[in-house]
Amino acid sequence: MTADQPLISVQEVSKSFELKRTLSERFSGLPPRAVHALNGINLDIRRGETLGLVGESGCGKSTLARCLVRLYEVDGGRVWFEGRDIAGLSGTGLRAFNRRVQMIFQDPYSSLNPRMSVAQTLAEALNVHRMVPPGRVAARIAELLELVGLPQDAAGKHPHEFSGGQRQRIGIARALSVEPEVLVADELVSALDVSVQAQVVNLLLELQEKLDLTVVFVAHDLRLVRHVSHRVAVMYLGKVVEIGPTEELFRAPRHPYTQALLKAAPSLDPSQRSRKVAARGELPSPIDLPSGCLFNSRCAHVTAHCRAEVPRLEPRRGVHQVACLIDPSDRTDPS
Amino acid sequence: MTAAPALSVRNLTTTFDLGASRVAAVRDVSFDVMPGEVLGLVGESGSGKSVTLRSLTRLLPSGAEVSGQVIWQGRNLVGLAPKDLRKVRGGEISMIFQEPATALNPVLPIRVQIEENLRAHTTLDRAGRRRRSQELLDLVGIPDAARRLDEYPHQFSGGMRQRAMIAIALASAPRLLLADEPTTALDVTIQDQILNLILDLRDELGMSVVLVTHDLGVIAQTCDRMAVMYAGRIVEEGGVSPVLGHPAHAYTLGLLGSVPQAGTERTVLRSIEGTPPALSAIPPGCAFAPRCVFATDICRTRAPELVGTTEGHAAACHHSAMVRHQLGVSA
Repeated sequence: MTADQPLISVQEVSKSFELKRTLSERFSGLPPRAVHALNGINLDIRRGETLGLVGESGCGKSTLARCLVRLYEVDGGRVWFEGRDIAGLSGTGLRAFNRRVQMIFQDPYSSLNPRMSVAQTLAEALNVHRMVPPGRVAARIAELLELVGLPQDAAGKHPHEFSGGQRQRIGIARALSVEPEVLVADELVSALDVSVQAQVVNLLLELQEKLDLTVVFVAHDLRLVRHVSHRVAVMYLGKVVEIGPTEELFRAPRHPYTQALLKAAPSLDPSQRSRKVAARGELPSPIDLPSGCLFNSRCAHVTAHCRAEVPRLEPRRGVHQVACLIDPSDRTDPS
Repeated sequence: MTAAPALSVRNLTTTFDLGASRVAAVRDVSFDVMPGEVLGLVGESGSGKSVTLRSLTRLLPSGAEVSGQVIWQGRNLVGLAPKDLRKVRGGEISMIFQEPATALNPVLPIRVQIEENLRAHTTLDRAGRRRRSQELLDLVGIPDAARRLDEYPHQFSGGMRQRAMIAIALASAPRLLLADEPTTALDVTIQDQILNLILDLRDELGMSVVLVTHDLGVIAQTCDRMAVMYAGRIVEEGGVSPVLGHPAHAYTLGLLGSVPQAGTERTVLRSIEGTPPALSAIPPGCAFAPRCVFATDICRTRAPELVGTTEGHAAACHHSAMVRHQLGVSA
């Protein structure tokens, strides 16, 4: 394997969820309808980087995160991990994959077992993957608590005795207990107050450096994503509309949706006020997807072409890729 | 400003009954809202910002006690008889909430919910109410208003529900709109639409707005003045640009440092250590002292008063001179 080969590669991944039919739909023999959560996702995740996945509700960012760790099976396309299709893993291969790619969830209240002490939660993970000999478990738990900045007496306590920020630290400790290479963090800090968010974000950056982690950072907060990510993928209705290095993407966004998203995010600088609405309208239904470009119903630059043709994610001037049909003169030849 | 304030709040204190004891969620809060002004109340969970807003019209659970003064149109709303308060509430003073899905009645069409408010607070007849409710939906930017009036809340998206709630609030032609985290549950492009709508309506109808939020960006983009709350008190207030540009309270400075800003990617954020205190265990002296990097002995013993630093800008901090030397939002 070469050094510049991506650690994880997502190719044409699609995922939909079938809706329950109503009684009348069943009587009239209509086929079940489906929510199209992912509609052909392509992206690479490089070793050691933080890739930010950003977008509004319903863009598919959490579904993609779950596909990356195989919590969901993909309907179409493939997710490659070190050159192997994760759908084909089983037995020890799957076990190893599960250990090496860990997920941290948004809600530390519901993702920790309320009846288990912190020590029991961490010991379970250590024992399942036989990370340390039984005699070393207690010592390893102490190390993990120290690593995430929790006091040693936390081991004997239960989740309800902690604040939200501390609970998120427990979630991080549990994920790190099995010494993973990849952390998929789904809205890691969105349930926390802003001063506590900063503490947890600082911890994540410190741990990434210390442990050489690859991080997929899923969030709707553009400021946070910009702060932690090396590269950012912007998603809309189950597609990546733009992906590129953080600095370039935020300085010179190319896709009209990215531009609207950045403009809508309220700046802390009162002198940068705008009384113009950044994007009109609302997200179309993910059940009946629009034809052509999925953003065409809200785009200020829409043409007839946009309603007919589906734009592909292609390189533009600079290093980042954009899926948009307008202004074709911007496109560089991919060859 | 020389004009008289539209709303004047003095020494507002709200306590809740916890059975064995009482806790104060809001302590000695005073502020003014000028006609046509948007005032932002910002703070983290438990800071008392929502309780302050609800105390203005006593929209509180039983067992809550409000003291102090809320002067509105020459009357003190604290101590106003429930019957008279009901005329003010939802009439001259309207409120919108964070979660329109739970604030709207799920089993009544939107039309009935708007007309209910029109019947309570206007003299319009049946036909007039029908006409007015359609005008209101047009005003808040709901397309195809005539048809959508007969739909139920579940047929509306989150953003459209918030628009419908604003239409209900506007039905009584209020002079003051109280908005409790109105965009927190919404996506950022929809948040942008709703905040712009509130500002447009303020301009068009000349009403004042008190906006409660935890998001400093929302404050920066929509408010004229702001008050920062911590542990039930206002710790800093003033114009949005001076407060965000030159914060004079260590907590405001810490909050700003916790928000990632452009140009400092992947560096350590100036976070605030620890967590806010429980209302039942507020530390003596300055409530922020245990988390404050500037704290000295005086902070742990004497509660600081809210005193002016410059024109219209005040902070309750013993070390505000030192804090002001730090940088706020990089302009």
